[in-house]
Amino acid sequence: MLRRPHYIALGLLGLLTLIVLNLPSHTAGQLKLTIGSFFLPLFGLSRTSHQLVGEAGDALTPRKELLRQNQQLRLTNQQLQVQSMQADAILRENEQLRLLVGWQKQTPWKLKLASVVVRDPANWWQTAQIDLGSRDGMRVDLPVLTPAGLVGRISAVGLTRSQIALIGNPGCKVSAIIEKTRETGIITIASGPLDNSLVVLSYLSSNSNLKPGQVVTTSGLGGIFPKGIMIGQIAEDSRPVEFGLYTEARVKLAANMGALEEVWVMLP
Amino acid sequence: MNWVNPILILLTAFLAIFVEASFDGVRHWLGAQIDLLPALMVYASLSSTLPVVLLLAVLSGLWFDSLSANPLGITILPLFLVGVLIYLRRGLILRDQFFAQFTLGLTASAIVPALTLLLLLSTRQTPLLGWGSIWQWLVMSLGGGILTPVCFRLFDGLNHALSYRPVSENSFRPDREIRRGR
Repeated sequence: MLRRPHYIALGLLGLLTLIVLNLPSHTAGQLKLTIGSFFLPLFGLSRTSHQLVGEAGDALTPRKELLRQNQQLRLTNQQLQVQSMQADAILRENEQLRLLVGWQKQTPWKLKLASVVVRDPANWWQTAQIDLGSRDGMRVDLPVLTPAGLVGRISAVGLTRSQIALIGNPGCKVSAIIEKTRETGIITIASGPLDNSLVVLSYLSSNSNLKPGQVVTTSGLGGIFPKGIMIGQIAEDSRPVEFGLYTEARVKLAANMGALEEVWVMLP
Repeated sequence: MNWVNPILILLTAFLAIFVEASFDGVRHWLGAQIDLLPALMVYASLSSTLPVVLLLAVLSGLWFDSLSANPLGITILPLFLVGVLIYLRRGLILRDQFFAQFTLGLTASAIVPALTLLLLLSTRQTPLLGWGSIWQWLVMSLGGGILTPVCFRLFDGLNHALSYRPVSENSFRPDREIRRGR
């Protein structure tokens, strides 16, 4: 049986919910990140404990294994230095050619390493939070990637943390291109809430015929993601949808979305 | 008023949200993250006062939404509705029975995400839904159902250990001692 205190409590709560839900998006975003900062000590504790475990593991690694890894890294480093020199030469040539043709000069992107500190606790979103914020130069819509491929874009920024909308989240749509056929489409949502490694490549032309294994990269359209970032590979044959109006296919993401620990943010 | 119980409940809610957001083990194994908040709400509504239920709904709802892509405050109402419904019927519920705890936890864990999704859809949000969501819903409900009796055991034990207990009076009084003569 509802009594007066219950009515008052319900009324207060309803009012509070209405006020919070109707806050302007910027204010709500700031308030959200402020409330989330209550968890900062726990994040710090979690990171320290991870580091301690890692250091303990390092201390247990045998010297022989370390020397072997060191040798391997030296080799990889030398290879990468040669590749970097080649890339520099190509870049210079590209700049000269652009100058000759009269195309706009491309500015190279800078990368900043970030740690993933939070995954969305709700099952119906695919977002994460990283430990870089506005004080580190983060802003909305910056692309986020791993060495394997694209991960998503920054969707909200606080002082010390930022939220990433991962590919497959309804709030992160990516214009994509098939490397082989040069067809363009849009990565819309994950193919299902259980599997975050498969996404739907939609709005392909009605006569497109994609085959498994074809490489999908960003097309550069839309202005958020630069051209040529690896997204993944076509996982199955494309199929017509909406009575043949367009076709769609599922894409297996190159980045392992289930094990994101460190990501790179691309800064212009 | 005994403040140990509300503080313990709020602290557990805070830690539970942090664990849900930081550790993905359950999500990798079962495909869904289990939410402890409905189970805590069942415990709070059967063991505490209405202000505590209100405080738990508001604070845990805000904390949860702050780490999620949910609009801020959307989780408050479903949690409070479940809490207040149980609170109003708490006189009829056998709170010490395992079956009652499990059933209430299961129902609360099923209702809270369903109501949250309903609110999200009514605010024109587009959460990621599909056939897999039914599996996630079942995992969340069952997980909540199993965790509710655990919550009761844990909190009852902690309360027993930490709370002030009034000294029970026995019937012995020195002035009423019967002096037996020879």
